[in-house]
Amino acid sequence: MKNSYLGQAWLVLVLGLTFGAALAGVHVALNEKIEQNKKNEALRRIPQLVPGARAGNAKTIAGMTVYDAVDDAGRHVGYVIRAVGSGFNDKIELLIGLDASAANITGLYVLDQKETPGLGSKITDQDWLDQFSSQERKKQGRSPLSTAKQLDAKKGEPGDSEIKAVTGATISSASVCRTINDAVAKIRGELGEPRRTSK
Amino acid sequence: MANEGPTPLERFINGILPENPTFRQILGICPTLAVTGSVKGAMTMAAAVAFVLVCSNIVTSLLRRLLKPHLRILVFTLTIAAFVTMADRFLAAYMYDMSKLLGPYVPLIIVNCIIIARCEVCASRQGVVTAAADAVGQSIGHALGLLAVATIREMLGSGKWFGIDLGWGAAGFEQYRWGVMILPPGAFITLGLLLGTINWIGAARAKRAASAQKGA
Repeated sequence: MKNSYLGQAWLVLVLGLTFGAALAGVHVALNEKIEQNKKNEALRRIPQLVPGARAGNAKTIAGMTVYDAVDDAGRHVGYVIRAVGSGFNDKIELLIGLDASAANITGLYVLDQKETPGLGSKITDQDWLDQFSSQERKKQGRSPLSTAKQLDAKKGEPGDSEIKAVTGATISSASVCRTINDAVAKIRGELGEPRRTSK
Repeated sequence: MANEGPTPLERFINGILPENPTFRQILGICPTLAVTGSVKGAMTMAAAVAFVLVCSNIVTSLLRRLLKPHLRILVFTLTIAAFVTMADRFLAAYMYDMSKLLGPYVPLIIVNCIIIARCEVCASRQGVVTAAADAVGQSIGHALGLLAVATIREMLGSGKWFGIDLGWGAAGFEQYRWGVMILPPGAFITLGLLLGTINWIGAARAKRAASAQKGA
């Protein structure tokens, strides 16, 4: 018994189970509060993600939390999707801003990430996120990113539906694009093809 | 067992200055460089490390007679990882903004060498009281190390201390603000100069002691 695998490793197994149970307890106790913090932050970010938006009403579309962004007068001006995808290390949680007909991307914010500090973590830099912002793109004389095309992260100068990848973090950059593509495809499936909204 | 190794008091005092983790052992340099841009962030990190260090030292000390030599590092890492995850979740729940600021550096406490070194050097060999005293001493030493680096960086880089404006803006500080101090190179420069100063003082003191002995 003393030299069997179990005789040597029992302590590790028991500790693994004990700590696992303890962490499950911590998760049960704290998860609600953490979720609330994230929700509050998501609501705070909506005005930056959709031009003209002031507030958002949460609803569930295709299994994702989607905020209906409204302006001061309560008119619908766009959507903010809370999307989750796998990054290089852990899940990346994004807030994706879309315009009123879900035809173009208007903004992007990284709600949670654990990418490599100094490399993948640069996906949270404002300069990088500005590539997704319709207002910033307009300033540079570029058209907003259409939700009809698949986004792609690229090294070097990006084309029309391409994003300049973070140097040294191609996987993190591509993960962000893939998460956006998946979320946008789901939303378009639920809302139907974007049509011109009557003004 | 009782008379083996340093006493709890010796362990406690050693951690603060004589064996200071940052300046003497040069351990835990990752947070010392990465999160010392502001004193607030550095102190939150120091508190998280202290929590993990005290808890894992106590648990390791309680388990010390059950440890198998070739599996001990695995047990240390498992223990540390469990407490780090608790600290990380706690920060995300109650100090959300701080948790966003520290980001992946909180989970990275798992690989902080101070903690695994204390488990190996002290907790796996000595009793619970000694291990706890050792952990508290080392935590204070680590906090002091972070505080020293963060104070210099925040004061020179943003003209603040603990988020409080020092009123240097009026004296034309904005014009001479040393921006590099809040960037990663500032951390290297500050830590290097502090280490150099401490070694220089130590060497000067040793020299004086030697010449005093010769004179006597």
